[in-house]
Amino acid sequence: MIDPKIPDGELSKKWENFKSSSSLISPSNRRKFRIIVVGTGLAGASAAASLGEQGYNVVAFTYHDSPRRAHSVAAQGGINAAKNYRNDGDSILRLFYDTIKGGDFRSREANVYRLAEISLQIIDHCVALGVPFAREYGGTLDTRSFGGTRVSRTFYARGQTGQQLLLACYSALERQVANGTVKLLPFKEMVDLVVEGNRARGILVRDLLTGRLERYAGDCVILATGGYSNVYYLSTNAKKSNATAIVRAYKRGAGFANPCFTQIHPTCIPRSSETQSKLTLMSESLRNDGRVWVPKDPSMRAKDPREIAEKDRFYYLEEWYPSYGNLTPRDIASRAAKRVCDMGLGVGPLGQAVYLDFADAIKRLGKNVVYERYGNLFEMYQLITGENPWEFPMKIYPAPHYTMGGLWVDYTLMSNVEGLFVIGEANFSDHGANRLGASALMQGLADGFFIIPYSVPNYLASAGKNTLAEDSKIFDFSEKQITNTIKDFLEADGDKTVEEVHRSLGKIMWDKCGMSRSLTGLKEALEEVLVLKEKFKSLIRISTNDERLNDSLEKAMRVKDFIDLAEIMIRDAIERDESCGAHFREEHQTSDGEAIRNDERFAKVQIWFDRGEPALETEDLKFEFVKPSERSYK
Amino acid sequence: MREVTNRSMEIRLKIWRQESPESNGYFEEFLVENISPEASLLEALDSLNERLTLENRRPISFDSDCREGICGTCGFVINGRPHGPFPGVTTCQLHMRMFEKAGLLVLEPFRGGPFKVLKDLIVDRSGLDRIIQAGGFISVSTGSAPEANSILVPKNLAEEAFNAAACIGCGACVAACPNGSAMLFTAAKIKHLNILPQGKAESKKRTKNMLDAMINEGFGACSNHGECETVCPKRISLETINFAFKEGLSS
Ligand SMILES: Cc1cc2nc3c(=O)[nH]c(=O)nc-3n(C[C@H](O)[C@H](O)[C@H](O)COP(=O)(O)OP(=O)(O)OC[C@H]3O[C@@H](n4cnc5c(N)ncnc54)[C@H](O)[C@@H]3O)c2cc1C
Ligand code: FES
Repeated sequence: MIDPKIPDGELSKKWENFKSSSSLISPSNRRKFRIIVVGTGLAGASAAASLGEQGYNVVAFTYHDSPRRAHSVAAQGGINAAKNYRNDGDSILRLFYDTIKGGDFRSREANVYRLAEISLQIIDHCVALGVPFAREYGGTLDTRSFGGTRVSRTFYARGQTGQQLLLACYSALERQVANGTVKLLPFKEMVDLVVEGNRARGILVRDLLTGRLERYAGDCVILATGGYSNVYYLSTNAKKSNATAIVRAYKRGAGFANPCFTQIHPTCIPRSSETQSKLTLMSESLRNDGRVWVPKDPSMRAKDPREIAEKDRFYYLEEWYPSYGNLTPRDIASRAAKRVCDMGLGVGPLGQAVYLDFADAIKRLGKNVVYERYGNLFEMYQLITGENPWEFPMKIYPAPHYTMGGLWVDYTLMSNVEGLFVIGEANFSDHGANRLGASALMQGLADGFFIIPYSVPNYLASAGKNTLAEDSKIFDFSEKQITNTIKDFLEADGDKTVEEVHRSLGKIMWDKCGMSRSLTGLKEALEEVLVLKEKFKSLIRISTNDERLNDSLEKAMRVKDFIDLAEIMIRDAIERDESCGAHFREEHQTSDGEAIRNDERFAKVQIWFDRGEPALETEDLKFEFVKPSERSYK
Repeated sequence: MREVTNRSMEIRLKIWRQESPESNGYFEEFLVENISPEASLLEALDSLNERLTLENRRPISFDSDCREGICGTCGFVINGRPHGPFPGVTTCQLHMRMFEKAGLLVLEPFRGGPFKVLKDLIVDRSGLDRIIQAGGFISVSTGSAPEANSILVPKNLAEEAFNAAACIGCGACVAACPNGSAMLFTAAKIKHLNILPQGKAESKKRTKNMLDAMINEGFGACSNHGECETVCPKRISLETINFAFKEGLSS
């Protein structure tokens, strides 16, 4: 039943074959098709702009006041592409292989190969759109290295690559708004997916200013609503990032793939107060020049780090993983940080931090060069912590950051619900059990600029035009359900704020379904989450019964969906009885703490469906080109 | 080095309350106690809101998202100055330790030009998006771009373009300007795109259309007060405006 619809032919010919055999719609007919795009981050804005350029009738939704706010804006480090401008041995094949290996052999070969191929075009297009990428003195593009690779293929715009890419997509989108091909609707939150006959028919939206529920029917629906790291409450994601769109789609029949694959990023600023509302990432690019260490002796933990002699420092990444050193992939670097802290070597007030030290880099390169590369990150660090990273090493600790899991999609990025496409971080596609740095921006733009413009017309050409009337029963049904939920929440009379409940959920997930997971812990977590789920309505209190702009009502609707999602994350982590990538099951590790994969049983995608209870199906992963091997970075 | 502290502080907040665009606004005062100096100002508001919720009082509406100074969602006027008294930062980057001696903070929405209060500290800044629609883009459609390195951009030019492109669209410049002008915002995008070789072809049209749109949206004209530069969290300079003026004259 689960068919990934991978085109025939050799790996390197599949995408070409798909494109040349896909069906098309003639320019004069395109405007008759109404395409709904939910989310205007990198993935959504690039998709909406490209479809608008082709002449489709696009309606784009965001809960932000403007597309320029999407969380993509916060990406710092850069975007990968196999341009090989450095002449250092990069190629499409190498990017493909690094990504497959980085994902611990839990992603689809055909998708990943296509991603590597498209990476070249993305840089071309972004430059043409005016992205001010870093340059060499001769005027050509500069690159740097990221974790899990030995080539320098990451393009960047200071520490604000995501911002610059998002603004480029936003500009392209606004150009189409001006051209009249895209209708942009800000302050609108999708609260339900409308499905009839296993086909996506439209969405139900709540206008965040008026509180009104509105119906939008379309010929297909594209979800580009981002990731779900905020299920942990504290994460590097923006405060409003949420999973409502994908959870509602799951509730209406879409499969949710690998929900337990969540990435914990090794270099974030540690928590500093009880009221902490989110965590801030320090870009992985810092590991190009920064060295990670802790004192060898626990008694030195509180000592001024500058006074700890070289011989008393434990550069654990360099020692444990000599060939990649400080640039090991994220899952490995995060677990290593946890390991040294568990050994009692952690620094900072709670013993929950390690040093990221630039003293050597400053000596070697000079302050100016370091400033040029990381200036804004240093400033950001100083603003948040009040400490000067030019003087003292930074203190960092892992934090939830990215979700590899997401709605299941086939090769064309369509879910099992026909006409429902899912792109960007919201889908599960290309990163397997662990994403390499600088590849989410690449994937979001590959999906939006270069895949959707082929796969959506191909679908529309075969499905034909058949838009549902907005006053049809199925819309009534959905609106009634959501109206009731809102009414319940407005009347809720518990004694906890929604934030409080969200914090408890986050704590359960971080402690028991975070960096390290055990069967016992997961079972406890499941019970606790099920209790939250059952009691949610009676626990919470919404302060005002204002149906209009009402933050606590918005949050309540989002947290309810996070709880549903937490349940399938835990179930997924229980079912996946192996360690792979970011999913570390304590029962499956070597004596020195490395993950042990089980390819025989688990070289597959786990897909969850809502059939009253969560039900599991799987897609087998076939490796025709690479042979899954032990993933070593030693 | 930062010490481990269980220190806490208190602060009085006088906040603009306005239920809806149509209703009249007023100030309301709150005392926030027991807040860590390490908490951010927005986290202090979060905890105030949690308290108000449990007391069945209406929480304060304010907008924010990334909480790290890059999305431009946050922003209000603090003691008379957009984003507060410290240069080069957004509202979400303010920490309570910066206000240990402040005693009272007065928080008001960004007002200026066509910005309209939606609720409490949230304003409608959609006019800025429409200025971008008028020309803040390079007209290149997906699929038609040349090889990236076929366009050489000297390093210093790329840096200069970046400095202008760093604008986060928060609207502090508008709120600071006595004329309610969005000139710094508009000029930043004009400069970012006009100085790059890729953006040259449309530079004249872009400049004219964007400047016209700014006025049509109800923002004031620029008369070089310079307030915008001092509050810009991304330190975009007045020189950017001079550049746009020159481009405007030649178009
Ligand atoms: C701090 C940080 C740094 C990062 N740095 C890098 C990096 O250097 N390189 C890299 O490759 N990746 C990086 N990533 C990851 C990358 O930024 C994200 O994975 C990617 O930007 C996600 O893009 P997106 O378009 O899928 O979603 P987003 O940018 O999150 O956009 C989601 C959109 O959906 C809308 N939306 C969501 N739900 C709804 C709804 N129900 N109704 C209406 N609208 C909705 C939102 O308004 C928004 O417009 C970073 C991530 C973080 C958190
Ligand atoms: S919340 Fe993003 S800039 Fe302040």
